[in-house]
Amino acid sequence: MSLEAAGFWGLALVLLASSLAVVLSKNLFHSVLYLAVALVATAGVFLLLQAEFLAAVQVLLYAGGVVTIVVFAIVVTERLVGERLAQTNRGVFTGGLVSLAVLVWIVVFIAGAKLPAAAPPLTGDLTQAIGRDLLTRFVLPFELLAVLFLAGLLGALFFARKEE
Amino acid sequence: MGLQPYLILAACLFTIGLFGVLTRRNAIGILLGIELMLNAVNVNLVAFARFTGETAGLIFALFTISITVAEVALGLAIVILIFRVRRTVEADNLDLLKG
Repeated sequence: MSLEAAGFWGLALVLLASSLAVVLSKNLFHSVLYLAVALVATAGVFLLLQAEFLAAVQVLLYAGGVVTIVVFAIVVTERLVGERLAQTNRGVFTGGLVSLAVLVWIVVFIAGAKLPAAAPPLTGDLTQAIGRDLLTRFVLPFELLAVLFLAGLLGALFFARKEE
Repeated sequence: MGLQPYLILAACLFTIGLFGVLTRRNAIGILLGIELMLNAVNVNLVAFARFTGETAGLIFALFTISITVAEVALGLAIVILIFRVRRTVEADNLDLLKG
């Protein structure tokens, strides 16, 4: 119990600090590196919630795939050394005010909701259950996901084609 | 540990991402903010799945992760394309559709 709490607060600290660094860092490349930290910390939160499969997917797809693509996009659009990489925020006061209002609204809602105080004991293998449900109860969304990826692939090919 | 700390953590993450989306000037920076917001949603989905014992939340999180990866790949492709044509990725300068 105390181990879980210690893990949670440690991960929460890392997660919030790195997320703040993502949105506040002046250097775009540093932002991406902090995003990688935040995504791996999220995988840690998934582990705390005993969703090992999702933690693995998170590290593979997000921390591996997304960060690589973003770094690639930065290399293509900016120079890695020099002033071009510097980025600024605008409307910090208004943006902060709106975000804070949303945060207060959500927290008030959560505080007023009736939530379970402890997790029920795990029954069986979660990864097995995910695999079974994916091909029975959720087979239609699963197939639609394949269609989405096909559309994405075609879109990427369209963007990458040679100019005529 | 109850469900509440997880939900509040996710709410904080979501609002930090929202702040990034609202204030960043660089299009890639805006995409990073969107990443954070979607990530917060995943934390919520997995937490609810664990505390209600329903696997649907885990599968939704799996779908969200997959769709986000496709979205980021295409979003960045569009950013690179815009950069090739206009030589800038500052969102403020991309106002061709403004009347």
